[in-house]
Amino acid sequence: MVYLTRRYRFSASHRLHNDNLTPEDNTRLYGKCDNAFGHGHNYVLEVTVAGEVDPQTGMVIDVGIMDSTVQRQVLDRFDLIYLNLDDPHFRTVVPTTENVCTEIFAALKDGLSDASGGPAARLDRVRLEETPSNFFEYFGDGSSRI
Amino acid sequence: MIYVTRRAEFSASHFYHNPAMSPEENRRLFGKCNNPHGHGHNYTLEVTVAGDVDPATGMVMDLKDLKALVEAEVLQLMDHRFLNKEVPVFATTIPTTENIAIEIWKLLAPRLKSGSLHRIRVYETPDLFVDYFGD
Repeated sequence: MVYLTRRYRFSASHRLHNDNLTPEDNTRLYGKCDNAFGHGHNYVLEVTVAGEVDPQTGMVIDVGIMDSTVQRQVLDRFDLIYLNLDDPHFRTVVPTTENVCTEIFAALKDGLSDASGGPAARLDRVRLEETPSNFFEYFGDGSSRI
Repeated sequence: MIYVTRRAEFSASHFYHNPAMSPEENRRLFGKCNNPHGHGHNYTLEVTVAGDVDPATGMVMDLKDLKALVEAEVLQLMDHRFLNKEVPVFATTIPTTENIAIEIWKLLAPRLKSGSLHRIRVYETPDLFVDYFGD
């Protein structure tokens, strides 16, 4: 079993705010992140797939296909937008990095295919850096060795 | 159990080609990586050894020994080489990052004097890396 990780980048703005809470509670809970106009981050995304090496290709996954899938499913969707207003999912879900991380996992889980166009190596892990000082990891229902 | 990681760097060239396939199939599958003249990367290798701390030394293993082992077994073999032509195993195995990680595992795992090899991580670029745990 080999684990292959690829790193991507996107930039977006968001606001952490829960409509069910009072303005005071939102301010207390989210602090500066509740700023009504939003604020932005340069996110760094790591996507890890796990699988056996195909003896025909020497590869776990065709990185070109992985790149185009992530581009289509994630980067085209999230790059250079205001998450709260421009992405339907985050009109009702607070776009914390935790929630963005799990949404990216859901968006990629069934979308990756291997070099022959067949089912890909298993999606193992999504790691999302909001800043160089904080990051979040999600492994679906399992756990990762990485 | 403590995990100790030592980092090393090497630079090498490679290309991807499977002689069992037609030239067209190779180009379709491997794209620019199929260029027979090869292309190069600055690889970063991370070797992680797991073990208990020896109460006499306070160490899992002597990092000088690990550095010397990586130098002798991996860097001497792969640094500043054209992997397909100069590293025997890659005459018949495509030197993808996946296979490089597996080969480095095979080189190092049987030669550790203390601790056990836990993980080989090979960065082909800062944005692409492979982990192998030996199974």
